[in-house]
Amino acid sequence: MSETEFLEYVQSGGQVEATDELPDDYRAKLIKFIEMHGNSELMGVLPEREWLLRAPTLQRKLALTAKVQDEVGHSQLIYRVVEDLGKPREQCLDDLISGKSKFHNVFHYPTKTWGDVGVIAWLVDAAAIISQKALLKCSYAPYARIMKKICWEESFHILHGRDVILTLMNGTDDQRELVHEALDRWWGPLMQFHGNPIAKENDPMYVWRIKSQGNEEARQQFLDGYVPQIWELGLTVPDPKLRKNEDDVWEYSEPDWDELKSVVTGHGPRSQDRLDLRRMARENSAWVRKVVLAEAA
Amino acid sequence: MIYEVFRQERKGQPLQHAGSVEAADDHFADVYAREQYGRRGESTALWIVPRSAVLEIHEFVDELNRNYHRVDGYPLKEKLKEARERAASAKSAGALSAGKD
Amino acid sequence: MHEKVQNTLLEIADDELILGWRDSEWTGIAPLLEEDVAFSSIAQNEIGHARALYELVARERGTTADALAFDRSPDEYRCAPIVELRLLDWGQTIARHYLYEEADAIRLERLKQSGDSEVAGLASKIDREEAYHRMHAQMWFDRLQGEPRFTAALDELRPQTTALLDSELRGEHTSELTELWEEMTMVRRSQPTGTKW
Repeated sequence: MSETEFLEYVQSGGQVEATDELPDDYRAKLIKFIEMHGNSELMGVLPEREWLLRAPTLQRKLALTAKVQDEVGHSQLIYRVVEDLGKPREQCLDDLISGKSKFHNVFHYPTKTWGDVGVIAWLVDAAAIISQKALLKCSYAPYARIMKKICWEESFHILHGRDVILTLMNGTDDQRELVHEALDRWWGPLMQFHGNPIAKENDPMYVWRIKSQGNEEARQQFLDGYVPQIWELGLTVPDPKLRKNEDDVWEYSEPDWDELKSVVTGHGPRSQDRLDLRRMARENSAWVRKVVLAEAA
Repeated sequence: MIYEVFRQERKGQPLQHAGSVEAADDHFADVYAREQYGRRGESTALWIVPRSAVLEIHEFVDELNRNYHRVDGYPLKEKLKEARERAASAKSAGALSAGKD
Repeated sequence: MHEKVQNTLLEIADDELILGWRDSEWTGIAPLLEEDVAFSSIAQNEIGHARALYELVARERGTTADALAFDRSPDEYRCAPIVELRLLDWGQTIARHYLYEEADAIRLERLKQSGDSEVAGLASKIDREEAYHRMHAQMWFDRLQGEPRFTAALDELRPQTTALLDSELRGEHTSELTELWEEMTMVRRSQPTGTKW
């Protein structure tokens, strides 16, 4: 198949497998995209794991530990897909730690309170699940298949997030304040999450049908689904311009694209801390991998 | 070593390929597959196989006409129409001759 | 339920809670991704066991499992020192896991003989889940038994396992328990007792 034929094939809904002949550019973009997802799941663990050690009830402890466990599980599923495309897991981890490859903006920010735990599970996971649902149609079938399991597991996370938030909102004044304050801090990164509004025809990920929706489409879906949920609780977002216009389109203040760029290139408030933690954990356990995997080699 | 994992969602259903785990040996593969594909009680059974034991087949040869293996090898529509018409006219012919007796 | 039985259950529950809490510290940073997932389940099971045991005692005392798990002061916990240790090396963690499961198996056998049918029943349930933990511990033992980090940890921790089977030997808590308790309860303590989370 020529590259043109391949493009036609995927653009009309065709899917490919690991054993099919893939154009070099497609393979390269695919690896980069999927790898960034794997990196994000693995780094996303770190802001949340602090709080699983502080969970205020046994039920929350179990639910939050299970959630973080799922994120690790997702990174396993995703890195396996990348490995079958030709890039070994250890190399992915090398590149992540050295800063050569990236992870999503939201995981570069600090978590300051239990309110963050709720907001992350409710809204950050929601933003992610919108992108992930679109990936169910990815032209690369092995990735589309794991997305099914990932989306199923993420649905529990959103339930958990909602439960935490509603409990806080129905609680004490202090608890409600936790939610207000966390939402204020997370709104900016949330609006940047789906990326700048590049037209999907100019987005190589869409052209190759790795992604099946454009960035702005995803953001609009997020706002549609979640702004009503925010407002019905009497919460506000720190954007006076946010509204749905006469054409049924959400209008909002321009997100800070410079901040996004700076953060994903490793200059976020917690980027380096977290990469250091990963590096240290990896170094400390290198001897285990040597013992366990060497014998198998 | 990479192990392929097949899972059965409910009794009576076929086992389907679910993914793969990296494990040092069968014991670790058992534990890891159980966890990744069963911790939520989402599977009634798992088969775990070292990837090296899987024989993959992707190429099939089908050069000659084998329409007897497919539905289009059995063109019934025209023949059924013909047979029905024949039976219908035989019936009316029989009715006429019965009427003559 | 006799006070003595309640105290035994609290000992085991506290062991499982604190060990589960320590084991959960590995979620996200374990040596292998697949192992990270597996070990997190073990940690969750331990917390789950603690909860089931607390619930039995809580009913007797007119309180809740959460209140027993979180609202006592550090010196009121009945856990053995071995579970309180914060172990940063995987070899140490697995050594403790292996030794704990060994002792716990003996303890659960005793509990399955309890005259209280609810206690005996719960012990059987927990024992069935622990079979999986024992398998996991043995698997790692087989792999690591040639490793000095592991064997040294086994030697160092083994003397502390006697306290798991003998209440009299439980003695003083480590300072690590207080640190752990502070972190474990910091969110909960930020609001009045009884606040829903």
